[in-house]
Amino acid sequence: MTTPMIEVDNVSRAFDMLRAVDDVSLSVGEGETVGIIGTNGSGKTTLLNLITGYLQPTSGRILFRGSDITGLGPRRVTTLGVARSFQVPQLYTGLTVLDNLLIAIAAHSGRTADFWTPMHRRDALVRAQDLAARFGLSERGTAEVRSLPEGARKVLDVVLSVILEPKVLLMDEPTSGVSARDKFSVMDMLMPTLRERRVTTIFVEHDMEIIERYAERAVAFDAGRIIADGPVAGVLAIAEVRRAVLGES
Amino acid sequence: MSNTATQVSVPVAVMATFAVLALLPVFLSDWIVFLLALALAKGAVVLGVVLLLRGGLISFGHALYYAVGAYTVGFLANRFGIGEALIAVPLAIVISGLLAAVLGFLLTRFRGIYFAMLSLAFSMIVYTVLIKFYDLSGGTDGLSVRGFSLAGVAPVHSGLVKYYLVLVLTAAAAYIGARFLASPLGYLMQAVRYNEIRIEYLGASASHAILASYIISGAISGVGGALVAFLVGQVSPELAYWVASGDFVFVAVLGGTGSVFAPWIGSVVFELVKNYAVKFSPGTWQLTLGVFLLLVIYFQPQGLWGLLTRWRAEPR
Repeated sequence: MTTPMIEVDNVSRAFDMLRAVDDVSLSVGEGETVGIIGTNGSGKTTLLNLITGYLQPTSGRILFRGSDITGLGPRRVTTLGVARSFQVPQLYTGLTVLDNLLIAIAAHSGRTADFWTPMHRRDALVRAQDLAARFGLSERGTAEVRSLPEGARKVLDVVLSVILEPKVLLMDEPTSGVSARDKFSVMDMLMPTLRERRVTTIFVEHDMEIIERYAERAVAFDAGRIIADGPVAGVLAIAEVRRAVLGES
Repeated sequence: MSNTATQVSVPVAVMATFAVLALLPVFLSDWIVFLLALALAKGAVVLGVVLLLRGGLISFGHALYYAVGAYTVGFLANRFGIGEALIAVPLAIVISGLLAAVLGFLLTRFRGIYFAMLSLAFSMIVYTVLIKFYDLSGGTDGLSVRGFSLAGVAPVHSGLVKYYLVLVLTAAAAYIGARFLASPLGYLMQAVRYNEIRIEYLGASASHAILASYIISGAISGVGGALVAFLVGQVSPELAYWVASGDFVFVAVLGGTGSVFAPWIGSVVFELVKNYAVKFSPGTWQLTLGVFLLLVIYFQPQGLWGLLTRWRAEPR
């Protein structure tokens, strides 16, 4: 049996009296695409924050390829190969799209301490322009990020994580803020690359069309607990999931 | 203007500027050449402040490195009779850089007003040490810097030689500053200003970026102090005083942070305005300077450098 890429082992996280994540266990294998669903406040983003080290669990442990990464901070977790994108895009808003991409490229190639060679050197610039073109950002390459529409920011936020060539990619609502017309094209640009690289992908999403189309497996959250875990169609057919997550009476 | 034309015009403009600066002593009186040398030397310290400002960090204590660079020269000359610039300046760089490494290690945990105040506190500690340790530092009298020499030669026209030394080291500091600003570390410092969370989630370290930048900034500022010590021939604790640190921040805002040349533009304009303000309104020169800065901030928030970039951006 192969070692799972990510194992969440009886993890809980409490904020004062509130148990945002309550005794959650989850195992995700290499190359799997898992969609996490649930209402606001059900613990989805908290789980992502726990896996990436932004928050520490109150109890339980988190394993990456069998190694305990509980207690490691985001930088260490990222360098191990676990990257993430955010619900609210985390970008360098006063810099251009290309500069954002180039900083990520420099970080991935371990050049962030380099104070002598130009960041815009030819090979890095070609790669940044190629990425911008591939993800529909080339027309906005020299625009400051603060001037971008929300959808383009979300895409850029995801691309920064993809540049790191992660083994595991966690995405928090990758299509929120993206227009209904563009949401599938964003995912269509992204998912083939991730599948091709056999990246384990876990994404939080409220849009069930996205879940049905791109996830192989769904994990449903309610009140900090996992209430269902399995193939998407099966999970979405469960009465408790339809009531708690989809709001059906 | 095409990109290619811009890329060509920048180095040409820089070389032309240095050529003009090199020729100025032929046309200008000694005192204004001295003033210019002083402004260029202090410009190096302002560059140090600007490198941190790009990361949103305001150092209200950079006079510390200015003073350390100056006292390195003063101490060598006064206590050991070594006035050789080729020994004193590199030593000033090393000592300032090492001190910046130690203090930077403590400072990198802080941001905003806490960074500003802690850096100010460090500079005031050095100021106090310089006053109290009379045997070492000469107390409030400071130390005189005698016996200037360059490559073993004590020049007859030392003022002129010092001017050219300042010019060469200014060019070197500007070159290093330009490389820094265009480098991954330079951009990462800008990234610190906008989003430290994303830096960590790229697997990089905001603290390491700040520390490395702080060391470079401190070392460059030490060069400025060393040059001022040679130019003035005297070092005193006021070099580390908070007013001096405030002046460097003032000049950094005046010049702007948009280019590696902005600190020197700000520094030269500052010294000229200050000198003429003292000359024409000796009792209210600080008021004149304050009004001048207010006008610049109000009409040109990107500093004096912004005027140049606006001019370059005009369609012609």
